[in-house]
Amino acid sequence: MSKKLAAKEPTVEQIRDQKLYKQMAMTDEEYALVCKFLGRNPNYTEVGVFSVMWSEHCSYKNSKPILKRFPIDGPKVLVGPGEGAGIVDIGDGQAVAFKIESHNHPSAVEPFQGAATGVGGILRDIFSMGARPIAVLNSLRFGRLENDRVKYLFEHVVSGIAGYGNCIGVPTVGGEVMFDESYEGNPLVNAMCVGLINHDEIMRGVASGIGNPVFYVGPETGRDGIHGATFASEDLTEESEAKRSAVQVGDPFMEKLVMEACLELIKSGIVIGIQDMGAAGLTCSSSEMASKAGNGMELHLDRVPQREDGMTAYEMMLSESQERMLFVVEPDKEEQAKAIFEKWGLHCINVGNVTDDGRLKLIHHGEVVGDMPVTALVDECPVYNKPSAVPAYYTANASVDTNAYAEVTDLNNALIKVLSSPTVASKEWIYNQYDYMVRTATAVPPGSDAAVVLVDGTRKAIAMTTDCNGRYVYLDPEVGGRIAVSEAARNIVCSGGEPLAITDNLNFGSPEKPEIFWQLEKSADGISEACRVFGTPVTGGNVSLYNENAKGAIYPTPVIGMVGLVADIDHITTQQFKTAGDQIILLGETKAELGGSEFQYVIHGVTEGRPPQIDLAVEKALHATVLDSIRAGNVKSAHDLSEGGLAVALAESSISGRLGAKVTIDSALRTDIALFSESQSRVLLSASPANVEAILATAKANGIAATVIGEVTAEANIQVTVNGTTAIDTSVAALETAWREAIPCLMQ
Amino acid sequence: MNFGVLVFPGSNCDIDMFKAVRDVLGENVEYVWHTETDLSKFDCILVPGGFSYGDYLRCGAIARFANVMEALQKAAAEGKYILGVCNGFQVLTESHLLPGALLRNNNLKFNCYQTVLTVENNETPFTTEYAKGQEITIPIAHGEGSFYVNDEQLAELEANKQIIFRYKNNPNGSVSDIAGVSNKAGNVVGMMPHPERAVKDILGSADGAAMFKSVLNAWREQHEQKVSR
Repeated sequence: MSKKLAAKEPTVEQIRDQKLYKQMAMTDEEYALVCKFLGRNPNYTEVGVFSVMWSEHCSYKNSKPILKRFPIDGPKVLVGPGEGAGIVDIGDGQAVAFKIESHNHPSAVEPFQGAATGVGGILRDIFSMGARPIAVLNSLRFGRLENDRVKYLFEHVVSGIAGYGNCIGVPTVGGEVMFDESYEGNPLVNAMCVGLINHDEIMRGVASGIGNPVFYVGPETGRDGIHGATFASEDLTEESEAKRSAVQVGDPFMEKLVMEACLELIKSGIVIGIQDMGAAGLTCSSSEMASKAGNGMELHLDRVPQREDGMTAYEMMLSESQERMLFVVEPDKEEQAKAIFEKWGLHCINVGNVTDDGRLKLIHHGEVVGDMPVTALVDECPVYNKPSAVPAYYTANASVDTNAYAEVTDLNNALIKVLSSPTVASKEWIYNQYDYMVRTATAVPPGSDAAVVLVDGTRKAIAMTTDCNGRYVYLDPEVGGRIAVSEAARNIVCSGGEPLAITDNLNFGSPEKPEIFWQLEKSADGISEACRVFGTPVTGGNVSLYNENAKGAIYPTPVIGMVGLVADIDHITTQQFKTAGDQIILLGETKAELGGSEFQYVIHGVTEGRPPQIDLAVEKALHATVLDSIRAGNVKSAHDLSEGGLAVALAESSISGRLGAKVTIDSALRTDIALFSESQSRVLLSASPANVEAILATAKANGIAATVIGEVTAEANIQVTVNGTTAIDTSVAALETAWREAIPCLMQ
Repeated sequence: MNFGVLVFPGSNCDIDMFKAVRDVLGENVEYVWHTETDLSKFDCILVPGGFSYGDYLRCGAIARFANVMEALQKAAAEGKYILGVCNGFQVLTESHLLPGALLRNNNLKFNCYQTVLTVENNETPFTTEYAKGQEITIPIAHGEGSFYVNDEQLAELEANKQIIFRYKNNPNGSVSDIAGVSNKAGNVVGMMPHPERAVKDILGSADGAAMFKSVLNAWREQHEQKVSR
């Protein structure tokens, strides 16, 4: 396609008369606005540049009104939304930089490269801030794993992530994966990166200093990924397959070199501004850097390294070739910068300079081929306040009684079924393909609540997690949004960390549909509320709309990426039971809440009703109870209750600890509901008998219900008695087999 | 004692090697860029894991031609201690400092997890702190770690006691469960599992620390002998 364009680019008149801008997803109104800003009709390159800068992916034109609702300030926030990544203080002059980003549409058509370049892109966001990437997490969603196409996507997304992360040497330490037919044809691939940085080394993407040279570093620009940002801002259709050329191709070895060289360059102290060429490549990096400094930029496209002959200005500006960076230094530092890159076998090329006229000026073959006001590109994209409407399904769900399902009495079998559901089952098949140990700082590898990575040279560690149950958000976006943040925070505290801040990835269907926009609005409200209560501001993130397949929108999935600070490595806690004879304590109250649960999905085959309710004040008090108890040294294991409720939490803590559990519960609820309800604000602790009283006292002081429900046993059996009747009695080995073999069996 | 950690473009376990020497031994350790041509100041040279030169062509095949490799050959011939781990092992087999070759894992996937190794030879400078037959937990993280030699070469390795470690549960299809080997002289050791990742309990195992202690002891013994002469 691009070759044809190169041969014959439409004229200004053709674009106007044949409305060719519509092919780039630009509306008539937007085109008229571009003409107004330019004082003339744009040429092909200019329409291309405007269309990507005004795509949802770059401009957030549909989501801006929503994003404004998020709390973004806090005493520990050093850099908030708007830069490559958010940065929060962890004390002693150090900070963590972190961000999450989606690569959903590329992964749907080319899973290996789509996922790989998703990892590559988020790594660049982190190191372009000057931070050393220390960990990667992934939040993935796929259709049912019985489906062959889903298997194909799943297998190649995982190997794409592995191929990139393993090579570059940043450990992939965690994340989550859920399987539901809602995501069939439109998988979600969100990658989060966490980096470590000293306060005095924080970089920003600014092009300051009139006349300063602008440098390009990284591989040559090719014709791959042209219009990737626009592609990401459309519904996936059957024609999407044909847009495979909009998917970029990654080279992790190149990224490793670029990363090491850029970090060395930044350490040298000579960089004025640096930004990666991510979505919308050269266009976005140049205009954003100029805009942030209130300046303009002149780019000489003949100097841009090109992989192919005859590339046009349009192609160069819109290419999303990977592993490229743009940076500004003072003229007399040019040689120093070049020497650093040469050490790493790279060349940095002077492609332009900072100007004072506030315009992005493109020069190719001696002619000005584009001349646009930077503010128009970056700030003047129209913002749409989309209509919102309560979906019919939401209203209908109010009358669904999720307690009315026939009682399940074979609970051994029910537990086996839930444990072998791919969403709950062991994810070893995935994370054993990831190098989660490189950099020798991974204290809690994948498989526990949150991953924990040590901070070298200190007694501190960073806990990190990604969470979102799309079923809850679908059933009630506001409650689901609150739960997503709460679960993330619960995972952090269960690992011994104090929640610091979040990054979010809003994965939704088409905002043109009022029902979808309502989901977006409501879930943002829920997230905002929870962030305010927990004191964990939103430091940035990503919006991915138009996630639809032939059957409609995916479940609304606002993935929360959270980081927390483990003040001392002695506080690091995992979910596995440690010692026979330890007492098992359940914190929190169990209610009859099966709506959106894994039990409802697996056993009853539906997702309906209202999701579990949540009281954020109670949730916060739970966090205090867990963290205080851990810091006092009273806790042996801590595990958040989530998918599969108490029954699954007991099984997981037993399997991973290679021990058993003998539990007795008194409950007013029906037995199957008591064991599989997904009531929120609950945590399973184990503690040596001597420390139980102290934990109960801490819970009481915080107003949290706490019950000793049993003890850890040497004999590897799980025995649960409810109201005097044996409900579950099975060997841990049987549960472990079901749990461990589920995904490998499906993938054979 | 002076340790050097070679760094090729694409090495990514260089930091881990560096930290292992620093934290376990507290001895002097330096990074050595691949363009260096003199390794004479180092008593032990560590060839770390990673993806040198992007694993293009074949793992370790390009690193073999790096400038520093001539000096490494010389150091090996002089009897200096050399340890190659993971990609470092691949570099050493490619440069014929060690026998055999590393093929793609038999499950065709990258495998990362803790493995149990049996110490087959505790008489090399890197293994004296272990007991023969001791089982140790050391993690693997590789896609091309299936050790291959033919029957004749295997017999030779056995006869010369060049098999240093074996996997208890073979994770990759290695011939005769071999996880690590040495050269005939015993001063050059290569292995796919990562001892530098197993130097503290908080990392999941501390069983790899003894390899670093072994080589320090070996050097001290040799050094004191030299001094006393």
